[in-house]
Amino acid sequence: MSSTETKRVETADHERVANAAQGDFAKINQAGVPLSERVHNFFHAYPIAAPTLVLVIAILAFSSIVGDRFFHPFNLSLIVQQVTIIGILGIAQTLIILTAGIDLSVGAVMVLCSVVMGKTALTMGLPAPLALGAGLLTGAITGWINGILVTRVKLPPFIVTLGTWNIFFALNLWYSESQTIRSTDIAREASLLQWQGTAFEFFGARLTYGSVSMILLVILVWYALKWTAWGRHVYAVGDDPQAAELAGINTKRILLSVYVVAGVLCAFAAWALIGRIGSVSPQAGMMANLDSISAVVIGGTSLFGGRGSVFGTLIGALVVGVFTNGLALAGVDVLWQQFTIGLLIIVAVAIDQWIRKV
Amino acid sequence: MSEHKVVLEARGLVKRYGHVTAIDNADFELRAGEVLAVIGDNGAGKSTLIKALCGAVQPDAGEILLDGKPVKFSSPMDARERGIETVYQNLAVSPSLAISDNMYLGREVRKPGILGKVFRMLDKKAMHDNAKAKLSELGLLTIQNMNQAVETLSGGQRQGVAVARAAAFARHVVIMDEPTAALGVKESRRVLNLINDVRSKGLPVILISHNMPHVFEVADRIHIHRLGQRVAVVKPDTHTMSDAVAIMTGALDPNDHPAGAFCD
Repeated sequence: MSSTETKRVETADHERVANAAQGDFAKINQAGVPLSERVHNFFHAYPIAAPTLVLVIAILAFSSIVGDRFFHPFNLSLIVQQVTIIGILGIAQTLIILTAGIDLSVGAVMVLCSVVMGKTALTMGLPAPLALGAGLLTGAITGWINGILVTRVKLPPFIVTLGTWNIFFALNLWYSESQTIRSTDIAREASLLQWQGTAFEFFGARLTYGSVSMILLVILVWYALKWTAWGRHVYAVGDDPQAAELAGINTKRILLSVYVVAGVLCAFAAWALIGRIGSVSPQAGMMANLDSISAVVIGGTSLFGGRGSVFGTLIGALVVGVFTNGLALAGVDVLWQQFTIGLLIIVAVAIDQWIRKV
Repeated sequence: MSEHKVVLEARGLVKRYGHVTAIDNADFELRAGEVLAVIGDNGAGKSTLIKALCGAVQPDAGEILLDGKPVKFSSPMDARERGIETVYQNLAVSPSLAISDNMYLGREVRKPGILGKVFRMLDKKAMHDNAKAKLSELGLLTIQNMNQAVETLSGGQRQGVAVARAAAFARHVVIMDEPTAALGVKESRRVLNLINDVRSKGLPVILISHNMPHVFEVADRIHIHRLGQRVAVVKPDTHTMSDAVAIMTGALDPNDHPAGAFCD
């Protein structure tokens, strides 16, 4: 019993009984905690542990089933290339989901931005850096529109982005006139737009600048979330917006900034997309919305907000990539790849629900 | 009135919501170094009064004086900047953030030099150390790990974090709204001790509570609110709990009490 318990005030009878009944006031005692609880505490403290475990097990499993064809620097780097687009969109999606929102429009924003980049450079004939800037600006504006609808008009993010998904996609088809801009034309007129697709050898692995960009962006956003006040506020807003407001955080400004940053990240993904496929296609990235959500969820970020990390999303994207690639190499039908991803999502959310329990 | 130094004062506050007058020409006075309890029935207007004092509500008429100077709070942030900290009933803590993150939520400290200015890097170590010092000052050393998420704490410990945050940053007044309402017997005891600790640091405390034993235990004076007005200010040694409740409900005219309506 600590001496402060009875320091100043006479302790009433009923309190003496309560004091005698239990140990010290809310002491945190780790000894004698059952193993299941300690495992729970571990996953609670390190939300990234679960997806990392899944990734390691998946790599080991496919290495033993498929063998060297899977566990080869070239194949592993291929997986990294394959997840680059979803990885960058996943960073944007993570920011939104951390605020307890969801963004269904990331794929449409990305395609729209890639079309703006392509058209500005080739149809309008402006220099490539300007085209790139126009694309990034488009990303910022679309994010701002989403953000304004969420913060000012106070619509649920799901509805806002379901609407803007359709709107941005339609605008993309209208502006591009459903025409693909050919890879050879881009290479001739504005090769900067394909720069992210530039590949280089690295110890037998073949990486692209796009993959490196993805990893750098993950580190950058991780830093912003972990080491700046803005990042702490993003978590606080997702955790309990009312509490954040009372603590003096301008929650609307934080939310709006998150949507704008997400929009810019989508535009960055557009640049990586042009690098990856070479051309600008208004039909690219149709599944990117849902794939980015899958990566975030499998990466251990909670759909209820306030919990998760961008590194988790990177791992989540890699898990999807490893399963898709490994199952394909093992000769499993593509429909079972999709089946497995679906299973992973459900298991990931179930684990999250369990971890969230305190 | 007296030689007591008045820290926070309100004169003739009025706040109307449509046809409802929540506070009707209400006065308020908080003196240096005291714990002033505010009690009143539901609907008496005490929460509107408190909201006006902490900046969450702007009164239609009347004035608020801080250290004798008239002030106008347009938001809780405004009041906070002037050294009035509020511990809200729902605590306003972010469950998944760490203890030190919560203590500094909304007023983070950046690293000195280029790291802080250009890279906007937080000085986590300084915040961590200060948070720890504040908590040990308030006898909350049982919290071992400042990086622990607040959701892993018990109700009393969370209250401790919220009170420590208020005590750490308040320069003039700490307002506590129902701090023991959700707590068990032992945790309530700890929070009452915290209130005493804050007072002994020299900070006056406004305590809003429905719990009469708690009020009578820690309060120096008790402000009784009824029908939108301050009807009496009593002291635990001149009035009994039954007296206070009778005044609060209108069963007793405070002037009929031998000690009078306004104790000094």
